[in-house]
Amino acid sequence: MNIALAIITLFLIISIVLGLLAKRGKDMSMEQWAIGGRGFGGLFVFILLAGETYSVFTLLGTSGLAFNNGAAAFYILAFTVLGTITSYWILPPIWKYAKENNIVSQSQFFSTKYKSKGLGIFVAIVGVLALIPYITILFKSMGILVAATSYGAISSTVAIWVGMIALLVYVMVSGIHGSAWTSTVKDVLIFFVIIFLGVYLPIHYHGSIGGLFQAVNEIKPHALTLPEKGLSVPWFVSTVAISSFAYFMWPHVAPTVFASKNAKAFRFNAVILPVYALMVLFVYLVGFTAVVELPGLKNGDFALLELSMKTFDPWFVGIIGATGLLATLVPGSMMLMSAATMITTNVIEPLKPNLSEKNKAISAKGFVVLLSIACAFFSMSGSDTLATLYLTSFSLITQMAPSLYLSLRKNNGITKYGAGFGMFVGVAIVIYVTFTKTTMASLFPSLPSAIQDLNIGVIALFTNIIVMFIVSFFTKKSNSVA
Amino acid sequence: MKYYYLLAVLPFIAILGGVAFVNKVEPYVLGIPFFLFWIILWSVLCSIIMLIIYRLDPLNREGEEE
Repeated sequence: MNIALAIITLFLIISIVLGLLAKRGKDMSMEQWAIGGRGFGGLFVFILLAGETYSVFTLLGTSGLAFNNGAAAFYILAFTVLGTITSYWILPPIWKYAKENNIVSQSQFFSTKYKSKGLGIFVAIVGVLALIPYITILFKSMGILVAATSYGAISSTVAIWVGMIALLVYVMVSGIHGSAWTSTVKDVLIFFVIIFLGVYLPIHYHGSIGGLFQAVNEIKPHALTLPEKGLSVPWFVSTVAISSFAYFMWPHVAPTVFASKNAKAFRFNAVILPVYALMVLFVYLVGFTAVVELPGLKNGDFALLELSMKTFDPWFVGIIGATGLLATLVPGSMMLMSAATMITTNVIEPLKPNLSEKNKAISAKGFVVLLSIACAFFSMSGSDTLATLYLTSFSLITQMAPSLYLSLRKNNGITKYGAGFGMFVGVAIVIYVTFTKTTMASLFPSLPSAIQDLNIGVIALFTNIIVMFIVSFFTKKSNSVA
Repeated sequence: MKYYYLLAVLPFIAILGGVAFVNKVEPYVLGIPFFLFWIILWSVLCSIIMLIIYRLDPLNREGEEE
């Protein structure tokens, strides 16, 4: 075992031990942990919300996208900035309604707001579906991480299984409350590693950031702007638009929102988060440095690690790898546990009401294992890049936005049937497109490329909205007649 | 209706509407290609705009809890 891998293993053991320590003496109920008694102050809410934005995808996926597709990667900064603007207006009323009605999860929010258990169940299922590609990203990243830092000694398939088992052990040991320590260590590490790499690498190889961009422009003249076709301007605009509306729709983010002490915290967050989002800039710089320094690299998702291995001593590669590991474990455990508890409390329980607490825990843990195995298989079978999976996740989650946004109005004209059918159609389109690899171009070969390049999530979202209004219109009428 | 809320529309117009016009490498600003610079500029402006809204909005006055 080389030094890099040894350091990563050491961090894994430490985080499991920290998880064990965190669990001892803390017999909080799931709800209690999940929303911390609604007592979190502004700074803490900021740390949690900002921390959830940065996972291993930020490190590997974003630099990979910059390496593979250049300027297309800027969409991540753009949608984060626009997404935070929406939070100023949508999070306070969501928080307020949740507080008044003792709501602790996203699907509960829907079922209470629309007075429909069925819709709650459906939203829980959509939430889990949207998390699957995201969890797959984490496993894939784990595979990349171990495969790269073992300097080829461990294959990526073996690495994914090892990574999956590591994540499972971590989740089982630390439970849903995780370890506040691991998550703090992760946030600090990822902050410094990203900024260090983004400043050091361009200066080390090109003297300055300006020098780096000059060099990129010489080697790949079109990397710094969006191309005419494919990931073009219409693609960028449509992707940024749907992703920014999806930004706060994540089921594992909802508990953080409910945990806040007041609504002011969200409005203040909306002031800081756009500037904080600039951190991703440093990851772009790493990706672009790799464009110049690693011309032979096939898979961009390896760019950050390969470049680090080329530049630094193995011990520092180990620190970077350990950062990636923590940035997988922390969000991974949050996602797995929130998906599993959502299925248990919002799908299984309404269907089987007299489930004992013990059986609930068993069912939740069972779903964690099932989901992990499913995602591990997905991460081995697909050849998609991390960025493609990320886009699929966002296309799914954005389908919840229309009926959620409209439900915040005083007079919501949307019925539960409208919300449900609209979401169903939207999600069905995204899933169909993902599995059949349909593109707008193959559906409408005669249309101009400006329309063909649109993110298919936009089409799903539009269909969703239209169906939502039409069904609401008719179901409302039949109500008043009856 | 609080009219200063409309300030928040500016970043959407600048980023979503502006991309078609700023999708170019030159001029470099501080060594950064123009397209990327434009997005960075609006990230900073967005924080400033949200700070202005935050300050003007009576909802955020001291002691006022919703």
